[in-house]
Amino acid sequence: MQIAQASTAASTIRKKRINYDRVVAILMILPSLIAIAVFVYGFIAYTGFVSLTNYTTPKPDFTFVGLNNYLQLFSERRFQENIRNLIVFTGLFLVTCLLFGLALALLIDSRVKGESIFRSIYLFPMAVSFIVTGVAWRWLFTPGDLEPTGLNLLFDRAGLGFLQSRWISDSRVWPDIQIPGIKVRLMVPLAMIPVVIAAVWQMSGFCMAMYLAGLRGIPDEIKEAARVDGCSEAQLFRHITLPLLRPITLSAIIVLTHISLKTFDLIITMTGGGPGNKTEVPSLYMYELRFSQFNTAEAAAVATILLLVVSVLVVPYLVYNRRVQEVEG
Amino acid sequence: MSASAAPVAPAPTVHRHNLRRRFSRLALYAVMIGLALFFILPVYLLLITAFKDFSQVSLNRMWDLPTSLSLESFNRAWNGGAGTTGMRGSFVNSLLVVVPATVISCLLGSLNGYVLSKWKFPGSETLFTMILFGMFIPYQSILVPLVQVLAAIGLYGSLSGLILTHVVYGIPITTLIFRNYYAGVPKELVEAGQIDGSDFFGIYRHIMLPLSAPGFVVVAIWQFTSIWNEFLFGLIITNDPRLRPVTVALQNMSGSQFTQWNVQMAGALLVAIPTLIVYIFLGRYFLRGLLAGSLKG
Repeated sequence: MQIAQASTAASTIRKKRINYDRVVAILMILPSLIAIAVFVYGFIAYTGFVSLTNYTTPKPDFTFVGLNNYLQLFSERRFQENIRNLIVFTGLFLVTCLLFGLALALLIDSRVKGESIFRSIYLFPMAVSFIVTGVAWRWLFTPGDLEPTGLNLLFDRAGLGFLQSRWISDSRVWPDIQIPGIKVRLMVPLAMIPVVIAAVWQMSGFCMAMYLAGLRGIPDEIKEAARVDGCSEAQLFRHITLPLLRPITLSAIIVLTHISLKTFDLIITMTGGGPGNKTEVPSLYMYELRFSQFNTAEAAAVATILLLVVSVLVVPYLVYNRRVQEVEG
Repeated sequence: MSASAAPVAPAPTVHRHNLRRRFSRLALYAVMIGLALFFILPVYLLLITAFKDFSQVSLNRMWDLPTSLSLESFNRAWNGGAGTTGMRGSFVNSLLVVVPATVISCLLGSLNGYVLSKWKFPGSETLFTMILFGMFIPYQSILVPLVQVLAAIGLYGSLSGLILTHVVYGIPITTLIFRNYYAGVPKELVEAGQIDGSDFFGIYRHIMLPLSAPGFVVVAIWQFTSIWNEFLFGLIITNDPRLRPVTVALQNMSGSQFTQWNVQMAGALLVAIPTLIVYIFLGRYFLRGLLAGSLKG
C-alpha cells in the first residue's frame, strides 16, 4: 500500500508518457496507412471511376458513360472467351491443386523415411518464378510439328505413344457445346490443360504445406480415441481428419482462387493467350487493352470486374478471420 | 521344429500381415518417388539442355544427356550475342531493386507490426484488416493509376519507381507476419519496459528488436523471393529495356525467335538459382512466410 501511494506521482508521469507514446505509435504507422489508402483504396476508386468514362483512346476523356464499357465488354466474343477460360482455369486448378496437395500431405504424413527430402522436392517450385515455370513447361508441352518433341517425344520413347497430344497447340474446345445467344463455345479449351498442369506443379506444394500443418495439428489423442471406439482408418479420415482440415481448405481456396484470377505471367510465357485466344484470361486482355490498344476505360472495366470477384471471396474471409481472432484473443 | 509346434499356427498370419505391410510400404515409396520425378522433370530438362553445346542441340535429342558439359549456353544467356540480349544487366537491375525494397519492407513491416500488436488504438484492428485487403487485390485493378502517379512524380520507368511499388504492396504481408510474430511477445515485457521508463522507441530497440531476428529472416526471405520472381510490375514500370528485371528479361528472351532454346533454358536456370539457393538453405523460414500468407501461420 505504502509503495502504491509513493508511486502515485511517478505513475501519473508514466501515464502521460504512455499517452505521448500512443501518439508516437500512431505517427509511426501513419506513412504506411497513407500509402495503403492511396495506392490501394485510392487507386481502386480511380480505376472504378475511369471504367465509367469515355477514356477509350490515348487522349484522356472523362465524360461519364455509365456502364457502357462493361456492356461493350460482355458483348465482345473475346471477353466472353476470356471469362470461359478463366472459369475453366480456376476450376481445374483449384480442384486439382487441393486434391493433389492433400494427397501429397497424406503421403508425407505416413511416417516415411526421407520425409524432409520428399517435402523439399514437392515444395521447391514455390520458390521459382512463374516465368521460369512457364519457360520450362512450354518446352515440355510443345508437341512438335513433324516429329514429336517435349513430353510427346518422351512418351514416344517410353512406348506410351497413346498419351501424345497437341497440348498447347490444341485449339479445340471439348466437349464443344454451343448455346444460342452466347457467342463462345462452352466447356474446356484443351490448350488450357497444360497450363493447369504447370500451375499445379508450381502451387500444389503450397497446399501440401498447409494440409501438412493441419494434419500435424490434429492431436493424436483424438485419433486414438476414435480407434478405440472401433473407427476404421477410412472412417477416421472421413469423419475426423477431413472435418478438422476444413478451415485449411477454406484458406487454401481463398489464396489459390485469388492467385488464379490474377494469373498473368504463367500464361503469357506458356501460350501468350493462344492458340486463338483459347488460353487468354481477363488479366492478359486487360494488359493488351491498356498498353497496346490504349483503351484505358475498358481496361479499367476488366480490372474492376476482377477486383469485384476477388472481393466477394476475400472480404467475408477477412471479416470472419478478424472475428475468430477476437474470440481467440 | 516339432518341439515348437504350438506357436507355429499363428505364425503364417503374422508373416502374411508383415508381407502385406511391407508391400504397401514399397508401393508408398514407389508413388512418392514417382511424384518426386514429376516435380523434378522440368528441372532435369533445364539442366540437361542448358549444359549442351550448340552442336548437340536438336529437338529429337532433347531428352539425351549431354555428351560433355558445356557452358556455352550459360555464356550466351549471360553475356548475350548472336541476336540474344544477355541477362547480366537485368541481374544487376533485379539486385538493385530487391535489396533496398527488402530492407525497407522489413523495417516498415516490423514497425507496423509493433504498433498493431503492442500499441493498439481504437480502430487499429479495423485498419489492420483494411491493410490486409491490399494483399489480395488483383494488381490489374491498380495498374492504370499506378502508371499515371509514378509518371507524375517522375518515377515511371525507373528502378526507384519499382522499389516504391514493391515496398508499398509489400506492406500488408510484412505487417501481417510481424504483427503475428510480435503477438507472441508477452505483454508483461512491454509493461516492464514502461515501468523502467522506456518510451515507444526504447521498448522497440531494447525489447522487441533483439527478439525479432527470426521475424526479420522470414520477412526478408519472403520479400526477396516474391520481388525477385515478380513480373507484372517489372514489365509495366520499366519501359526501358536496359532497366528490365530478370523475369522480364527472361520472358523477352523466351519469346525471341533469335534465341536458341538451350540458351533460354540456361537463362531460366540463371533466374531460378538465387531463390533456389535461399530455399535450399533457409527453406524452413520460407515455409513460415508461405503459411503466414494464408493469414493464420
